[in-house]
Amino acid sequence: METNTFEPKIVGFLCRWCTYQGADLAGTSRMEYPPNLIPVRVMCSGRVDPSFVMQAYSEGADAVVIFGCHLGDCHYQEGNYKAMRRYHLLKKMIEELGIEPQRLQLEWVSASEGERYQKEVSRIFSEVRELGPLDLNNGKAQSNG
Amino acid sequence: MDKPKVAFYWCASCGGCEEAVVDLNEDILKVVEAVDIVFWPVALDFKKKDVEAMPDGSIAVSFINGAIRLSEQEYMVNLLRKKSGLVVAFGSCAHLGGIPGLSNFYDAKLSLERAYRLSPSTDNPDNIFPSEETKINGSTLELPKFYDTVKTLDQVIDVDYYLPGCSVPADLIMNAVTAILEGKLPPKGTVLAPDKILCDTCKRNETKPEKMEVNEIKRPYEVMLDPEKCFLEQGVICLGPVTRSGCGERCIEANMPCRGCFGPTSKIRDQGAKLVSSLASIFNTNDEKEIQEIVDTIADPAGTFYRFSLPDSLLRRRRLEV
Ligand code: SF4
Ligand code: SF4
Ligand code: SF4
Repeated sequence: METNTFEPKIVGFLCRWCTYQGADLAGTSRMEYPPNLIPVRVMCSGRVDPSFVMQAYSEGADAVVIFGCHLGDCHYQEGNYKAMRRYHLLKKMIEELGIEPQRLQLEWVSASEGERYQKEVSRIFSEVRELGPLDLNNGKAQSNG
Repeated sequence: MDKPKVAFYWCASCGGCEEAVVDLNEDILKVVEAVDIVFWPVALDFKKKDVEAMPDGSIAVSFINGAIRLSEQEYMVNLLRKKSGLVVAFGSCAHLGGIPGLSNFYDAKLSLERAYRLSPSTDNPDNIFPSEETKINGSTLELPKFYDTVKTLDQVIDVDYYLPGCSVPADLIMNAVTAILEGKLPPKGTVLAPDKILCDTCKRNETKPEKMEVNEIKRPYEVMLDPEKCFLEQGVICLGPVTRSGCGERCIEANMPCRGCFGPTSKIRDQGAKLVSSLASIFNTNDEKEIQEIVDTIADPAGTFYRFSLPDSLLRRRRLEV
């Protein structure tokens, strides 16, 4: 059987109050996880405008993950609820654009959950590796494009 | 002094933007007095070779409507670009892709299948499809190439200004023509309409409650629409929050929500993605299951939020199938 060697590019938006610190903890605790996630630090998961996600896809991301604080723990009270409402609507919209739902994920990871961060990134990595490249033109050279 | 030369051209267009020029009524006479129309296929009998023979840069301004899908359109707009000082993208289709841009949910093959075989009004027993070359009685007939993807005008040639709308309202056309004649033009790349959102000029905004809350999204035909209340408050999608003002709220005045034909303002990069934010913010729940239930009531988010702007969006089209 052929082994899958695809190295996906995953863009992660990490809330600076929780997941960003959780990722830091995973790092300082020397936990191992795939290096394929490019972290972008944001003030809150509620700051992630759906256009950021679309831009990531248009610039070559194979998947986008929004990381925020557990529900009820948002530094700004409501930000992660906002993120959750947008996420479900955006997911439906990208499916109509031919993008598989697993290419957009939302995860809650607190500052103390380094291990959870490691686990989630590894899981998402395997899922996206399985899906293969997003490749919006699907390898089809566009004569006009 | 010679009058400035002007050209009008149409690409993937419904003809409504040509109609918009004719709809200038007596103002069209002022335009005709001030300029010399050298090319206008819908109204005047000039040919492609006439344009090819013109010196480069000799047309003061070309107004081009319609989106770009055919190799012929590509050729014509490149030709007009070369011959013109200014190019104005005229109307939603040239500006954003417009209604023909919805074809970017499909590819060339599927679009032709639909038009020449599947649609209920098609009768094509011999399965005849348009092809680039057809041999008939010893000679060869040629048709332009039909591309997979519909493009905006500025994805094909350099564009100086944009006149938004499906179609462009008369006052915006006259303002633009006056500005061009008087040489009082804003910076290159400007959309010649106000740079604020439609909600800012909409009368219904005044009666909007502080916090809007909806439990389901309905389509306009499913509700008796209140003629005063904000559509979003009534649970009906309105693109006002993500659409440029300047149309005179013509749909709203007819008690129909905005479909977004003016495109986004300069501060919004992607009209559809921005609407996801606006709309999600009025869902009246923080419960994941209930959020999903509201989302389930929205029939076709991509087609609705990008109704006029799919080719102009960050992704430009649905992912091409292999
Ligand atoms: S913008 Fe509207 S009126 Fe103009 S060509 Fe396109 S569909 Fe027709
Ligand atoms: S959402 Fe529509 S109806 Fe409501 S204020 Fe904005 S433009 Fe007017
Ligand atoms: S209300 Fe919206 S859809 Fe209607 S003309 Fe104005 S911008 Fe276009």
